[in-house]
Amino acid sequence: MPTFVYMTRCDGCGHCVDICPSDIMHIDKTYRRAYNIEPNMCWECYSCVKACPQNAIDARGYADFAPLGHSVRALREEAKGTISWRLKFRDGREKHFVSPIRTTPWGSIKSPAEYAAPRPEDFAKQELAHEPEALNVPGGLPALRPDQLKQGVV
Amino acid sequence: MALFQRRKTVLVDADILVIGGGMAGCGATYESRYWGRDLKIVCVEKANIERSGAVAQGLYAINCYMGMQWGENQPEDHVRYARNDLMGLVREDLGYDIARHVDATVHKFEEWGLPMMRDPETGRYQREGKWQIMIHGESYKPIVAEAARKAATQVYNRVMVTHLLTDKAKPDRIAGAVGFNVRTGDYYVFRAKAVIVSAGGASHIFKPRAVGEGMGRTWYAPWSSASAYALPIEVGAKMTQMENRIVLTRFKDGYGPVGAYFLHLKTYTQNGYGEEYESKWYDHTKALVGDYIDRHPVPTCLRNHAFLEEVKAGRGPIRMVTKEAFQDPHKETVGWENFLGMTIGQAVVWASQNIDPKHTNPELTTSEPYVMGSHATCSGAWASGPEDYAPAEYQWGYNRMMTVDGLFGAGDTIGGTAHKFSSGSFTEGRIAGKAAVKYVNDLKNVQPQVSEQEYLALEKAIFQPLENYRVGRNEIVAGTVSPSYLLPIHGLQRLEKIMDEYVGGISTNYMTNDVLLNRGLELLGMLKEDMSRMGAEDLHQLQRVWELHHRLLASESVTRHTLFREETRWPGYYYRGDHMKLDDANWHCFTLSRYDRHSGQWALEKAPVYHIVD
Repeated sequence: MPTFVYMTRCDGCGHCVDICPSDIMHIDKTYRRAYNIEPNMCWECYSCVKACPQNAIDARGYADFAPLGHSVRALREEAKGTISWRLKFRDGREKHFVSPIRTTPWGSIKSPAEYAAPRPEDFAKQELAHEPEALNVPGGLPALRPDQLKQGVV
Repeated sequence: MALFQRRKTVLVDADILVIGGGMAGCGATYESRYWGRDLKIVCVEKANIERSGAVAQGLYAINCYMGMQWGENQPEDHVRYARNDLMGLVREDLGYDIARHVDATVHKFEEWGLPMMRDPETGRYQREGKWQIMIHGESYKPIVAEAARKAATQVYNRVMVTHLLTDKAKPDRIAGAVGFNVRTGDYYVFRAKAVIVSAGGASHIFKPRAVGEGMGRTWYAPWSSASAYALPIEVGAKMTQMENRIVLTRFKDGYGPVGAYFLHLKTYTQNGYGEEYESKWYDHTKALVGDYIDRHPVPTCLRNHAFLEEVKAGRGPIRMVTKEAFQDPHKETVGWENFLGMTIGQAVVWASQNIDPKHTNPELTTSEPYVMGSHATCSGAWASGPEDYAPAEYQWGYNRMMTVDGLFGAGDTIGGTAHKFSSGSFTEGRIAGKAAVKYVNDLKNVQPQVSEQEYLALEKAIFQPLENYRVGRNEIVAGTVSPSYLLPIHGLQRLEKIMDEYVGGISTNYMTNDVLLNRGLELLGMLKEDMSRMGAEDLHQLQRVWELHHRLLASESVTRHTLFREETRWPGYYYRGDHMKLDDANWHCFTLSRYDRHSGQWALEKAPVYHIVD
């Protein structure tokens, strides 16, 4: 896109500044609202668009190759567990898509420390946390033997 | 500049320090806590782990899943696949190790709440291809980050690590790392018994095809700044296969992925005149690489090679034939959601240019080269293999420990293990996490000592670009042109131009030779000298300066390795014009390098390739 911010919708809350993986959403010192300080380092990942509580952030396709008139809007709703998309083509055609984002409540993942502690002998074995059960295979963790090694082109 | 005068120094002690909170770092943090219940486990990330790393945007597929529970594949099969795709050269011991654990990782993701697609007939995960399963992965990264946050003693977001620290008395032993908070400017000194580098691979070391606003639409994330390599290189860790850069065939301009299109939607390519073209280049390719062209599936680089030759012959553009598949509404939805789930920019390009793949066959292109260890290529650090079967030459310590004592790695950082992708990177992080806990337990009460003199000198160097700018800025009226300093974007664009023109980028059709590489090294050397004169207007630019430092060091490594390997192992990724053929007699081996930061010298050597499966 890169992203841009609508003046009348942004309230300067800084969610976009906090989430941007590229560190390019900053607060303008005069207007106290967010803007994209470095559009050529924007991956159009939409992290800021999805995080904005005011839906104030949108994207305009990169000027080098994207003609004007298009729009790709996202609405991510954690409570509903969905992301909704609306695509508008330059010629006005529209497409709509909705996908699930998560099947469990946010915050419900258990810390690894909540599982039974590993036994001292487990450290010398190759199994990782939750193995072999989490592999769900009858033979347990597969392994190779050192004598299988050979050099040359195969 | 009052903000910077108030800068604090923050000392953080950790048992295990995880650098980079992407997929590999989250796996390392999680597993470290499982095995190290009482340890202090610290994860440090230059962005925010909720949306950081290559998976920030989401993914629509998990590309590494065996399906052992249904007898779909065994780890040996994955080793054969990766070896074949990389023209014979992978660390099979490491690859097998990831493959045998990765299913457990994926099962955990599902339990945590990642929506998996299922085959309505079999009830199994929906396969996209032999190794890929399809997911609704918009929130893949936030879900994985939640697990890591629960596991960590503390996560430091917005702290960019610039350098590793070695032990005062034992320079080949790790002792910590330094960096700065990109919001406050506070200086961070981490002292740790073990360090796991799980930072990102390298985008933006070769000039991208789009150089205006669109330079941000690189295929790999623009924030993947080669820290995965520069951090270990600078403390003398051996690196491997750094010449093995990757070029991606992708949808034009947006670099939208083609995997689901080829594998699941069964679309296919043709030239600008509607003809099949790959078979035309069979004899030509066979003359370069011999029997490797007869392998199945055909190695990715060789398919790129046919693409490039067909375009050079004047029959471009290459297009993906989508019109047939997209008549099926289900497939059309999959095709669009595939982009919206992981490369939204491609949907924007198509919407802006009125490209509906139901009516138009979209153009493909070949990307600029990238250097990474997690996708279909295997650059990275030389690491010790699994204890139970790795050959003696691949085993000198704990699993995934580099050649620096106490320094571990995972994901893009570790070399030789192609095709791990998101699930394999998380899995490798888990492997490294368990090994690091064992290392820390075995150390008992030994506490590595950082040198105060060293970290104070680094502090001065790290913040120097702010001072360079402050002083130099007074010399000029306004604008970006100064005789005294360069801004980070200037340095980045010079780096990209050097790499592009001398080391096999897009403008030479990925071609280089010894003369070009040596000239490239001279120019890289001058850029390296200019790095002491970088100017940064603010902390954001200071982050860009140190990202450039990491990219530059990785680029030098790539160039040295490319010069060392006197053959063309991966036509379609790059060509040595002075050695156009694959040469198994001399080069069926890994390339290793070690950098000496004091002398600036690089030592290169060969290491044997061991095959562990037929």
